[in-house]
Amino acid sequence: MIDSQTPCRDLEVLSCRPGSDPSLVNLILSAPGWTCRPGQFVMLRPAQWGAELIWPRPFSVCDVSDDGLRILFQTVGRGTRRLAELVPGQKVTVWGPLGRWFRIDESRPNLILAGGVGIAPFVMLARRERRDNLSMLFGHRLDLQHYPYDEIAASIPSEAMQQKTPADIAAFETVLSDRIRALAGKGQVLACGPEPMLKVVRKYCLEHGTDGQVSLENRMACGVGACLGCVAKTIQGDYVQSCVHGPVFDVRDIELGA
Amino acid sequence: MDQTVKLGSLTLANPIITASGTFGYGLEFMRYGDLSKLGGLCLKGISLAPRTGNPMPRIAETPCGMLNAIGLQNVGVDKFLAEKLPYIPADATLIANLYAQTPEDFGELAAIFAHEDKIAALEVNISCPNVREGGVQFGQDPHMAAGVVSAVKKRAGAKPVIVKLSPNVTDVRVIARAAVGAGADMLSLINTLSGMAVDIRTRKSRLANVVGGLSGPAIKPVALRMVHQVVQAVNVPVIGMGGIVSAEDVLEFILVGAHAVQVGTYNFMRPDNAFRLVDEVAALAGSLGIGSWDEYRGTLKV
Repeated sequence: MIDSQTPCRDLEVLSCRPGSDPSLVNLILSAPGWTCRPGQFVMLRPAQWGAELIWPRPFSVCDVSDDGLRILFQTVGRGTRRLAELVPGQKVTVWGPLGRWFRIDESRPNLILAGGVGIAPFVMLARRERRDNLSMLFGHRLDLQHYPYDEIAASIPSEAMQQKTPADIAAFETVLSDRIRALAGKGQVLACGPEPMLKVVRKYCLEHGTDGQVSLENRMACGVGACLGCVAKTIQGDYVQSCVHGPVFDVRDIELGA
Repeated sequence: MDQTVKLGSLTLANPIITASGTFGYGLEFMRYGDLSKLGGLCLKGISLAPRTGNPMPRIAETPCGMLNAIGLQNVGVDKFLAEKLPYIPADATLIANLYAQTPEDFGELAAIFAHEDKIAALEVNISCPNVREGGVQFGQDPHMAAGVVSAVKKRAGAKPVIVKLSPNVTDVRVIARAAVGAGADMLSLINTLSGMAVDIRTRKSRLANVVGGLSGPAIKPVALRMVHQVVQAVNVPVIGMGGIVSAEDVLEFILVGAHAVQVGTYNFMRPDNAFRLVDEVAALAGSLGIGSWDEYRGTLKV
């Protein structure tokens, strides 16, 4: 289905709407003509950015079908604020799907650990994989209705914990530790969320000896392995491009800073 | 019109070359276009030993540009020859980009590439602002620049030698003349401009290396001025680069006297940009009634 000769597509904006919280935006682009695996990402660059904003922006695919390519993003800087201003009919250059995806363990429990907008890649996973060996723990800062939590909870057992205060964060960390420990030798975790959360997940995976995969969101200039700007540090001390060797890594393969 | 350009003994199918460090080893872009369509590819800088590069963060976006401090991360020449070069299609025009910390090591690299049939030319990087030793030190001192160039020339065999110049100097013509005096067959310029970006809240630099190299459309006026100055000062072909993001930009560099151009940051904006640019430049030259690059080059009215 992927046309290997022309993987750059100019897709049309079908809708671009802030959710009930304006910092979370749902962007729907016309169908790209390819499909992908949960955890893979695309690079997006609207044609009208001209020479002012240089880099495309990387986003996990929230979902993709004949109806379109769905991206869920949070406005955090100039690029995402400009993306939030897209209107239907405008063109966005898209290349992908890129990178390595979450690998589901067919025979054992898989616990999804999603944080905030890091819930995005699991929407697609929940729609495609209605299996009883999947469950989700979702940590969130905004109220739950702002996230596509119900879409996932409709098909896989899910629970959510809100973090508004440092005490909430500490409580969430305790639950993360307990859940990760409970899966030691029995299953694996699949994590996507803010970097501090990924560091905690990695720490407990290593501490308890639990298998785990984490999706990194390093700054990227190209998305195709050329710029060497998005590298992750391996446990051997080498740097590898998170766009092609990741963004999903085994927790045992990489370091995650201090 | 015939897009071919001749730079001394190096003939390119068209004037578009991808800049070192922005196009990997070419392999990364093969699903986005046919490498043989490009005038040439300057490969990611290669050193004798592998280099891990600088810590993260390594890149920062700035208005109309970006900063990078990658630190010449590369697999080293042995692994490049064994694991990368064999997979690059033979019909692509490849330019090896050499980085070393001593003239002797530069010579050693040149000797290795002198025997590689798939390498059409060598580009000597004496202008990287992001490494502590070698790099721009050589590019800021005319005597050191000449020392590196003659060390490379002695062992480069028949391969044409391009010397890549830094803009981070008082007078780029001084280094240009020194490089040509030491045997450079052609020059390429400009490498990135030394720059910074800081965060007022965390009070940290946006780059772990603190300083980095600025590229992108923001630097094009500086690049044009320097190419204009250098073509007046030397009598070898000049390859212009710095902020090219359109066919118009390419013609601007040729108008001030460049034989060919390199595109760098533009490759990040869309991975098939260099391939598309080849067609767009041909179409623009046609629409302006340009009969040949020789006829148009350096015809700026001053």
